Amino acid sequence: MTSKTRVRTARYGSFFAATAAIALVVAGCSSSDDDNGGGGSTGGSTAAGDIDCSQFSSYGDLKGKEVTIYAGVVAPEDQPYVDSFKPFEKCTGVKVNYTADKNFEQQVLVQAEAGNAPDLAIVPQPGLLKQLVATGKAVKAPDSVSQNADKWFGADWKKYGTVDGTFYAAPSGASVKSLVWYSPTQFASAGYEVPTTLDDLKALSDKMVADGNKPWCAGINSGEATGWPITDWVEDFVLRLDGPDVYDQWVAGDVKFTDPKIVSAFDGVGAYLKNSDYVNAGIGDVKSIATTTFQDAGLNIDPVNGDGSCWLHRQASFYAANFDKNANIGPDGDVYAFYLPGKTADDHPVLGAGEFVLAFSDRPEVQALQTFWSTDTWANLKAKASSEDTKGGWISANKGLDEANLVGPIDKLSVQILKDPKTVFRFDGSDQMPAAVGSGSFWKQATNWITGQSTQDTVTKIQAAWPKS
Amino acid sequence: MDWAPKLLDMLWAIVLFGAVVAVILGLAALYEKRGGRRVGWWFVAPSLVLVSIGLVYPALRTLWTSFNDASGKKFVGIDNYTAVFTNSDELVVLRNTVLWTLVTPFVATAIGLVYAVLVDKAKGEAVAKAVIFLPMAISLVGASIIWKFMYSYKDPAGGSEKNPTHQIGFLNQVLVWLHLDPVNFLLNSPQNTFWLIVVMIWIQAGFAMTILSASIKAIPDEIVEAARLDGVGAFEMFRFVTLPSIRPAVVVVLTTIAISCLKVFDIVRTMTGGNFNTNVIANEFYSQTFSQDNRGLGAALAVILFILVVPIIVYNVRQLRASEAR
Repeated sequence: MTSKTRVRTARYGSFFAATAAIALVVAGCSSSDDDNGGGGSTGGSTAAGDIDCSQFSSYGDLKGKEVTIYAGVVAPEDQPYVDSFKPFEKCTGVKVNYTADKNFEQQVLVQAEAGNAPDLAIVPQPGLLKQLVATGKAVKAPDSVSQNADKWFGADWKKYGTVDGTFYAAPSGASVKSLVWYSPTQFASAGYEVPTTLDDLKALSDKMVADGNKPWCAGINSGEATGWPITDWVEDFVLRLDGPDVYDQWVAGDVKFTDPKIVSAFDGVGAYLKNSDYVNAGIGDVKSIATTTFQDAGLNIDPVNGDGSCWLHRQASFYAANFDKNANIGPDGDVYAFYLPGKTADDHPVLGAGEFVLAFSDRPEVQALQTFWSTDTWANLKAKASSEDTKGGWISANKGLDEANLVGPIDKLSVQILKDPKTVFRFDGSDQMPAAVGSGSFWKQATNWITGQSTQDTVTKIQAAWPKS
Repeated sequence: MDWAPKLLDMLWAIVLFGAVVAVILGLAALYEKRGGRRVGWWFVAPSLVLVSIGLVYPALRTLWTSFNDASGKKFVGIDNYTAVFTNSDELVVLRNTVLWTLVTPFVATAIGLVYAVLVDKAKGEAVAKAVIFLPMAISLVGASIIWKFMYSYKDPAGGSEKNPTHQIGFLNQVLVWLHLDPVNFLLNSPQNTFWLIVVMIWIQAGFAMTILSASIKAIPDEIVEAARLDGVGAFEMFRFVTLPSIRPAVVVVLTTIAISCLKVFDIVRTMTGGNFNTNVIANEFYSQTFSQDNRGLGAALAVILFILVVPIIVYNVRQLRASEAR
């Protein structure tokens, strides 16, 4: 989904990033010549520092080879990727070329079909993964990657990287979407408690209204992708009101949008987003949701850098990057998030998303990097690099990820939610549906729904776009 | 680092280009003495090859894709065209494109024409013309972003005591000064399409003014003086002398603007992303083809756009020929 890569707004000029990337490639390149196999004397970053090169010996002699990576993750969040590959470059002598642009989702398809695909692509949606595999240019994952995926990821995560029974891509990053942003300091002074069931959430919202506050703020504007935050809301409510089984059938197209269960989930969302008592805190009326960008929508949660006029904002873990860089984010700070509760306190469904590493070549050096990428070693290196370069903002569903390597409080919270034994994880549904729905009618009709279209018209129109065959 | 091979590539391309041109010129020189059609063919051949690779083949391929399903592989007959003309959302797309094509050329040309007549031979003509011509220098995306700020809307019901609502959009601030309610220009359909059209008019009026002003200046002084001697008024002068004399230029301006309106993409994509019932054919084509993976429907939209543009171009060329013949 375009929007999700857009979250990572560029803070530095692309020139700087390009220069830095080139400089790093040079560093990786030159160091591999003189201290191949040894500990780090160049580089400086801990990511490249004390790494044991013996684990790379199984990849064979790859010196002087080159691997290209293409992704939608642009500056500044590309830097941790570049850094995380440094030990690999250093020990194997392979040069890793990372390029990214914001049009990745359209461009990678064009490249694959034109026959000049990158060696590896970081694909942010299972739906796009299917499209790329359908071009016939993608290469299935080698056994080493498959074994790593079994070892370090849950079976459900491996399934998202599988197309028609063939395993193609191991997971890389992840994000948790079932979060509600709030302000612990504001809650404490108003005497509000974090809710543990959906009914509690409703009761809390009503209490806020009774206290003369508008509880919720929301914004769905995101260029062509306008409407996607609503699809996340609906997915969360299908998971909560109808359960994960119905959710899976719905995503697969077996339960239709027009099914009463899905309609009731829409109405469940409508009870919040289309309720003029609840929205749109600090921004305006219900319709203002359509014209407010998702980046701006929740900023007033923060009572210091914003005006604190908004109490609750449902948005994924990556929203942390949108708050002021001086914002006090933390369990007792000005800004934090709580898990969007299930129907009961024991229900623990979690909506999330992630990235997958798809190969378009089976050259040994490509498979070597692909294998390294699917290990716990890489996940920890990446987490450390993200902590250093961008103050966190990256997690993985990799079971070997050490929480000590995470600095962001939201990252820690997200990993705790993912690891919770009660958690029933489900991947973002619109990312898995056919593009005509998941990147088309679902967004568009959800936008029309928020500006006044009835639920019945909305579900009928979304369903009509579902491909027939 | 990366620039060295790129520079080398560029050098190669230039050398190759030079070589090709040299071969063509050499061949042409060889045959020049014999003259006639054969030389002509040698000159035309490279263009013919490039046009067929770059234009004819993709056009035929697009036509074929438009009769295929979403993946572009299975033949489905005219299903895509049926969808364009029956689906309620696609009908809105067509309606908007019609609105763009009907409203923009006439309004922009009228503004440009009136302006050209008014400033003609007036004091400070150059400055006055530069002012209206300036928007032409801005890219469509740049203009769209400027106008997005012009239309920006903050709900007066929002804000808080600490942070009351201020209209940051110029037009809404003007409404507030006039004690009127601010309007969410880009949200309310169908007016929002007209607010987008305003951006195109803002850009194209300068173009119309420049062309028309030049052709007004080209009207022979004798005709104007003769009319004056006959004692025509300002309006009659415009109606019976100026307008007929510049008719070919007006036609060119109208058709050129109409074509750019049929193809309008940047403004819609930048300002609304095609949401809130403002979508047009070109944006819908891009979205269907590249975002929604429905290549058949995308190709059908491209073909429809092509069919709509053709008659205007034919008319334009005929007018040009007619005016050249005179």
